Amino acid sequence: MSRKLLLDNLDKPGIQSLTGYSDNGGYEALRKALQMKPEEIVSEVQKSGLRGRGGAGFPTGMKWSFIAKPEGVPRYLVCNADESEPGTFKDRYLMEHKPHILIEGMIISSFALGANTSYIYIRGEMMYVFHILQKAIDEAYAAGYLGKNILGSGFNLDLHVHCGAGAYICGEETALIESLEGKRGNPRIKPPFPAVKGLWGCPTVVNNVETIAAVVPIIKITGEEYAKIGIGKSTGTKLISASGHINKPGVYEIELGVPVEEFIYSDAYCGGIKNGKQLKAVVAGGSSVPVLPAHLILKTAAGEPRLMTYESLADGGFATGTMLGSGGFIVMDEDTSVVKNLWTFAHFYHHESCGQCSPCREGTGWMYRILNKILNGKGEMKDIDLLWNIQGNIEGKTICPLGDAAAWPVASSIRHFRSEFEAYINNHGMKDVKHYYRLNNLQEA
Amino acid sequence: MSANKNIQFSDDALALVQKIINRYPEGKQKSALLPILHIAQAEFDGWLSPEVMDYVASLLKIQSIEVYEVATFYSMFNMKPVGKCLIEVCRTGPCWLMGAEDVVRYIEKKLGIKAGETTADGMFTLKTVECLASCGTAPMMQIGETYHENLTLEKVDAILNDHKNQGNRRTHWEKDKVKP
Repeated sequence: MSRKLLLDNLDKPGIQSLTGYSDNGGYEALRKALQMKPEEIVSEVQKSGLRGRGGAGFPTGMKWSFIAKPEGVPRYLVCNADESEPGTFKDRYLMEHKPHILIEGMIISSFALGANTSYIYIRGEMMYVFHILQKAIDEAYAAGYLGKNILGSGFNLDLHVHCGAGAYICGEETALIESLEGKRGNPRIKPPFPAVKGLWGCPTVVNNVETIAAVVPIIKITGEEYAKIGIGKSTGTKLISASGHINKPGVYEIELGVPVEEFIYSDAYCGGIKNGKQLKAVVAGGSSVPVLPAHLILKTAAGEPRLMTYESLADGGFATGTMLGSGGFIVMDEDTSVVKNLWTFAHFYHHESCGQCSPCREGTGWMYRILNKILNGKGEMKDIDLLWNIQGNIEGKTICPLGDAAAWPVASSIRHFRSEFEAYINNHGMKDVKHYYRLNNLQEA
Repeated sequence: MSANKNIQFSDDALALVQKIINRYPEGKQKSALLPILHIAQAEFDGWLSPEVMDYVASLLKIQSIEVYEVATFYSMFNMKPVGKCLIEVCRTGPCWLMGAEDVVRYIEKKLGIKAGETTADGMFTLKTVECLASCGTAPMMQIGETYHENLTLEKVDAILNDHKNQGNRRTHWEKDKVKP
């Protein structure tokens, strides 16, 4: 069983409240941090090897070190709680059950960055969590953890929670900043990066909920100790959102390095495939990352056991590998239509494209319509190549990574499950692809 | 824009609006736009008419067009009237795997409407939405601030019957939480 640094004490009564959280070691890291110099905190985070938990996996300490410090200009820390990547629900779980770990992490991180006003941008659909966070913030003010001269340190911080209103794109950090400024969530062209010119033109760091929460245990146990957990450059623990055809869906905190096979089949985690069926495919890191068939998610192309780390999941590149991404682990059983699943993702990206860049705005809709045509029995063989062509003309050709995120599921579904597309086309969009495989005694590639 | 005299937030809502505006630096009050549009939907029957948007613009001292362009961008803002109970069923991958289509078809049949439509009595609007970060408890739907998770058709029945019996309006920022 993995060590718990974020989801510890969840069974303790009242852990959602400041009292319950404090009774179980909460806000001890804050007391420790306020005795340190801000740059010492940045250095601890650098030593920890913590990487952004929102999906990109960029080293957090390095991101922090980029923040510009012009005289007389305020700096901002913004927490990205716009969790919208299909398959991902860990941040909602953490904020709902342990809001104070996020508040504590925000205070420590703001102190480290020299921010005196910080925001948590939460997606609007999670309005009930917005109220939970507001209550936690009110409690923290009353306890003297927020406001002026926090615990006598001379450090001042105002922390606010801000709600979005339904837009996946606002999880992209510059779109999030635009949205926080009260505008449409159109990503900005980089550079300048937010660390130089972010919220209201001021130096800004945007970090994911889990990233900021992880700063609390890092300060508590030191960066060096944190870095001992995990393998190589995948240090620490990671929250994995497990969903789909498994016996035990839910949020699991794992030490990075757990074998994928153990994660899927062990009773400590997913507990195996539902109804005793076989595993067909996994989307390991949220809808944007490449889908892999069973044999490639369990083992790399070289036959090594695949591990839950940034590096192991990416082994083989996109030809045979995928990404850890946000840790949204979606499991599909043998009866699942990969084409139909892709169709739901294609609809998602078409719906969520902000419309700024033509390849994404037009391409996502085009891909969705072609998939619709294939599912409805009107597909032609050349449509598969057309899909391939379109996704290739979106990838890397847009301002923000939504274009890539829309392209990768299409590319990987065709790469690994081309015969299934062909089956739909040959059988005029048969209602249920599993019958095709059973009738023809075929094994999916 | 000429403000419509009939459009006015409650005192509680106005106090809350002021509190929210104070969270942003002076001159950056436009940042309060998204939260305030949520409050506007809670105050005015769950949708944003042009008059309501003009009123929000006047509260924030910005142009009406700045409100329109934002309101039309975000999926949670309703640009036309909706039923008292807006049912939002998640349709994305993980929920689809667990039977979201069955839930949508069942509600369509039960209410006699298609997704996107409102019942004749104005009680229910059915909408399919994209991932609500509830994939481990799929299938799911949202009504007001409430997530209804691990849905079965029996559960859906009970939830819809409850709402029909209560008959009150639900909004994403619930009206009873519009307090300073």
